[in-house]
Amino acid sequence: MSHTVNIRKAVKRYGDFVAVNAVDITIKPGEFFTLLGPSGCGKTTLLRMIAGFNSIDGGEICFDDTVINTIEAHKRDIGMVFQNYAIFPHLNVTENVAYGLKARKVESSSILKRVEKALEQVQIQALATRKPSELSGGQQQRVALARAIVIEPGLLLMDEPLSNLDAKLRVQMRTVIKKLQRKLGITTIYVTHDQEEALAISDRIAVMKDGSIIQIGSPLEIYMKPSDPFVAGFIGTSNFLDATVDTSSSGNALVEKTFRCHLPVKNDFTGEVLVSIRPEHFFFSDTGLKGTIVLSTFLGDFINYEIQLENGRTVELNEYTKDMDDLRANDSEVHLSFLCNKVSIFDAHTKEVLS
Amino acid sequence: MIAVRPYMKRIFEFWNLTRIMIFLAMLLFLVFPFSSLIIQSFFTPGSRGLTLVNYRDFFTLPYYYTTLQRSLSVALTTMVTTLVIGIPVSYLMTRYNIFGKKVLHVMIIMSLMSPPFIGAYSWIVLFGRAGFITKLFKSVGIITPTIYGRGGIIIIFTLMMFPYIYLYVSGAMSSIDRSLEEAAENLGSPKLRRLLTITLPVVFPSIAAGAIIVFMTALADFGTPMLIGEGYKVLPVLIYEEYMSEMGGNANLASALSVVIVCCSTLVLLAQRWLISKKNYTMTAMRPPVVVELSGFRRCMASLPVFLIAGFAILPQVVVLITSFIKTRGPIFVQGFSLDSYRNILYRLSKPISNTYVYSVISIVFIVIVGMLIAYLIVRKKGKTALALDILVMFPYVIPGSVLGISLLVAFNNPPLLLTGTPMILIVSYVIRKLPFTVRSCSAFLHQMDPVVEEASISLGVSPMRTFWKITVRIMAPGVISGAILSWITCINELSSSIMLYTGKTATIAVAIYTEVVRNSFGTAAALASILSVTTAVSLLIFMKVSHGKVSIV
Repeated sequence: MSHTVNIRKAVKRYGDFVAVNAVDITIKPGEFFTLLGPSGCGKTTLLRMIAGFNSIDGGEICFDDTVINTIEAHKRDIGMVFQNYAIFPHLNVTENVAYGLKARKVESSSILKRVEKALEQVQIQALATRKPSELSGGQQQRVALARAIVIEPGLLLMDEPLSNLDAKLRVQMRTVIKKLQRKLGITTIYVTHDQEEALAISDRIAVMKDGSIIQIGSPLEIYMKPSDPFVAGFIGTSNFLDATVDTSSSGNALVEKTFRCHLPVKNDFTGEVLVSIRPEHFFFSDTGLKGTIVLSTFLGDFINYEIQLENGRTVELNEYTKDMDDLRANDSEVHLSFLCNKVSIFDAHTKEVLS
Repeated sequence: MIAVRPYMKRIFEFWNLTRIMIFLAMLLFLVFPFSSLIIQSFFTPGSRGLTLVNYRDFFTLPYYYTTLQRSLSVALTTMVTTLVIGIPVSYLMTRYNIFGKKVLHVMIIMSLMSPPFIGAYSWIVLFGRAGFITKLFKSVGIITPTIYGRGGIIIIFTLMMFPYIYLYVSGAMSSIDRSLEEAAENLGSPKLRRLLTITLPVVFPSIAAGAIIVFMTALADFGTPMLIGEGYKVLPVLIYEEYMSEMGGNANLASALSVVIVCCSTLVLLAQRWLISKKNYTMTAMRPPVVVELSGFRRCMASLPVFLIAGFAILPQVVVLITSFIKTRGPIFVQGFSLDSYRNILYRLSKPISNTYVYSVISIVFIVIVGMLIAYLIVRKKGKTALALDILVMFPYVIPGSVLGISLLVAFNNPPLLLTGTPMILIVSYVIRKLPFTVRSCSAFLHQMDPVVEEASISLGVSPMRTFWKITVRIMAPGVISGAILSWITCINELSSSIMLYTGKTATIAVAIYTEVVRNSFGTAAALASILSVTTAVSLLIFMKVSHGKVSIV
């Protein structure tokens, strides 16, 4: 039975410091929901409030219709996976996975079956009798995952589970986690500071900053339509350019005081704006912003160029390998344009989204 | 104020209860006795009302204050000599492929763990007025210098305590990352300069820690100067005499002396803490230093000094073991071997033997349970009370055993808390003095243990209290066991507080050895000491097996 999780005006304070500030989230049953933000943004604090390891100082958290604020951690029926795996070092793999079932007084014949199944689901049947000290980081994380899902919890919490693994394993494990979560349909709350990971794995993402939620949306929404310059900068790479939308006709703008183009602003806005452009939305052209190539980095499927504009500002441009023949030389002069309908535009003063 | 987490509600009651009980016990058995002692030091037997007369006497009468000067001078000299011996031994042991490293290591530790006065006793047997070697040299006309007095005390202290330096410094030297010295070499620094400007400064905190333990042990030790000091009276001996002597003793003065010695060791400890806080480098060696492979003659030359020092250090125990099998007639050793001494002690001194083991076992049970709980409170429940607990537990480090003995006597001499003369009072003193070993080794394991392991258990539906017994205690187990064994070794060898607290019925082996030596019954003393040494050696081997080198001895 997967829970709906309702978080209403949840608050966590440490003295005068507000770590989680009136957060509202509704998570649907079976959803893979990610809390994403830089370190210190309150995402782990919120997760630990849901788990019962931090008190809830204001508001309430509900599983379905039950307020869980005062329910003790060990009675919340939650599976949790920790950053440092937290495998019990004195128990072997099977005993680790069986630990939660024993606490629930499950029949021993049934325990064995369920443990076997869980190990199979994370593909480590062969390691059943190993001690934790004989396992690699990735294997330990699989044990932790099996241990959390074997109790068939109504909610699965994961606190940066992949951040201690090396890059290749991280990508591999996130696929394992995503597939398993789809299959089991457990409501899952996942915490990470890695935006790429969040985009890859989540159904929906909440971007957090300074204890508050900035934006909630699907990975595509968050990436394509950031509601705030912080989100645009934190998720993926964004180049920020200054521009002025003038009164002559709707959307007619002067970018960086040199390049005139059309920006799709809403409500006939005029005045100073901040334009956020993804590196892949820039392209080389005959006219446009003038600049000099400072550094080119060949990354296989694309090339990342660092380009210094005339006014000294640096931007990044990605050019796909399939679209070109040769690397452009350093110090060569170029002109840049961008896909106007793909950019995000913010009011330079209020940071309000205008696109 | 620690935030009350919801899941901790229950455990808070459990831990709160534990905390209160432990505090009450500490107040009763540590704070109350020691404050009684301080209060008593401001009275005199004749007069009524508070007086500073004891302190005035101490600081004005040469008979008294010279003992403090001597104690400090002996402790300081010992500190220097142990450093001079200990640091080179550590360097040779960690950096060169000298012969029989493991055996040497065990020998050095064994000499540290021996009963504290066996050194003095053996040196008397060998080099004393009627010693084997003294007589041997006399028969060829050589008069050996006396080993009684200051020189003897320092020689014996040095051989007994340099292992502290060795253990601390060799540990630090083998955890310096190789790259540090390589960097210095790369910058063109020659070997000796590297040693003086990089290696030694980096291990300085460990040197200081070792030196301080040596200083405190030398300041507090009672058995050695009592046996071999003769006219050279140091402060712990004076305290003992003032308190125990039936004529002319002054218990109030003894209390004042105790306060003085505790002040000295506290000051030194604080100085060391201050010094270390300014120079602390924590380091985990990714690549430990290279062990230089010497060959042939050079390897022998590097091994020789270590063998000599370790040999001299272990000599007392060898001497004791051998003399325990020599035939005796009264106090005199005669030709030939026999088991007479052992027969003798079984017939006459079986009570101290059983006392030692019974008291120590009871103490260990208390030490383990209380030590585990205290360690958890200190490491996991940080806050003001945890800090207070930490300081209270470690306080016995600065109290010499004889002083603790006196304070317990002062405090528990009257009904309803009449403990004097009972086994209880010995057990109390053992628990208080040896608790820090277990607390420290448990907290070492707790520090390494990520608290999320406990949270993982709780999230799987196990209550916090059951999590403590099912997970935390299991993971701490090696720390608990090794700490307990160390406490056990020091309990069975304990002399300085036992000698204050025992009565005829409650004597222990260590006390019996002392009284036998005083009665010149060397054979039985040797047999008793051998029993202790063998027990110690066996316990030590178990310790090494259990701890896998993860728990340090000091």
